[in-house]
Amino acid sequence: MAVWEWGTEVGELEAANLLNKSGIVAGKKFLVTGVLTDQSIAFHIARLIQEEGGEVVLSSFGRAMSITSRIAGRLPKPAPVVELDVTNPDHLKNLANVIRAHHEKLDGVVHSIGFAPESALGGNFLNTSWDDVAIALHVSAYSLASLTMATKELFGDGGSVVGMDFDASVAWPQYDWMGVAKAALESTTRYLARDLGASNIRVNLIAAGPIKTMAAKSIPGFAQFESVWSSRAPLSWDISDPVPAAKGAVALLSDWFPKTTGEIIHVDGGVHAVGA
Amino acid sequence: MALTHNEVLAGIREIVEEVAGVSPDQIEMDKSFTDDLDVDSLSMVEVVVAAEERFGVKIPDDEVTNMATVGDAVNFIVRAAS
Repeated sequence: MAVWEWGTEVGELEAANLLNKSGIVAGKKFLVTGVLTDQSIAFHIARLIQEEGGEVVLSSFGRAMSITSRIAGRLPKPAPVVELDVTNPDHLKNLANVIRAHHEKLDGVVHSIGFAPESALGGNFLNTSWDDVAIALHVSAYSLASLTMATKELFGDGGSVVGMDFDASVAWPQYDWMGVAKAALESTTRYLARDLGASNIRVNLIAAGPIKTMAAKSIPGFAQFESVWSSRAPLSWDISDPVPAAKGAVALLSDWFPKTTGEIIHVDGGVHAVGA
Repeated sequence: MALTHNEVLAGIREIVEEVAGVSPDQIEMDKSFTDDLDVDSLSMVEVVVAAEERFGVKIPDDEVTNMATVGDAVNFIVRAAS
C-alpha cells in the first residue's frame, strides 16, 4: 500500500511538471531536428520544451534514426521521431503530412543541422572543391529555408523558427567552409525574416559558444576554440554544458520575443562583445 | 549492481550484432571496434547509447575515445557498474 501511495505521488508530481501550464511554451508544439545524443543542444531544447509544458516531434535520418529513437527515450515524455534528410526533396515535400500524424499544427521549428565534408574543414580552405562546399551550404544553410517552407503550412497564425549558429562575422581557425556556411545561415535568416514577417513567422538564430557535442568532435582544432573562450569570455564558459544555448533557443520559441526576427542572439558568455 | 566480465561481454556481443551486424563469435575481448569489427564512429555512438541503457551506466565521451577494443568497453562497464 505504501508503495502504491508513493507511486501515485511521484506520478502526480511528474504530471504537474510535465503539463506545466505556466511554462513559457505551455500548449505549444515544435519540430526539433538535430537530436543525436543526450549531449546534443537539440536534446536539451526538446527536454526544456517538455518541462515548460510544450510538446515535441523529433527528426533524424538514415542510420542516425535508431540512435535518435533510443535517445528520445531519455526525454521526460515520449516523443515521436520522424525521418527527415533535409537534402531529400521527397522528405521535405511529405514532411507536413508526416507531422500531421502527430500534431495538426506547429508553433515552431528548431533547425539544429549542419554538415561539411572532411575536406571543407581543418585547414584545407584554399583547396576545397565546389562539390564539397556545395554540400556544406546545402545541409547547413539552404536547409533553414527549405525546412521552414516545408513546415510553413502547419503554422497557424504565426510561428517561431530557431537555428543554431556559430558567430560567422570573423574567420576562425580550422572552421573554414563551415564558417562560410554559417555566414550563409545568418543571411538566410535575415531574408526569411523579411519574407515571412507578413505571416507572423519569426526567424532567429542562437550563436552559441563552443559546446562539446558529436558535431564538435568532427571539427579539427576544436581545442583552439576552447582556449579562446577560456581566456576571453566575460561570463565563465563550460564547453560541456549545452543548457545555456538550449535555454536561449526555448526563449526564442516562446512568446517572450514577440517582435524579434532576423536576429542573432549570442549565447557565448559574451565573447562576441570583447576584443581580447 | 555488480556485473561480471562475461555478463557484460555477452551483452556487448548482442548490441554490436544488432547495431553493426557483426557475427557474435567474432566479438572477443581483444578485438578492435574499428579495425577488426568495422564499427565506425556513428555505430560506436549507438553501441554506447545501447550499452548505457542495458547496463545502467553512464559512459562519458572521453572514455569512449579510450575504448579501442571490446575489452576496454567491457572493463569500463564492469568498473562503472560496481
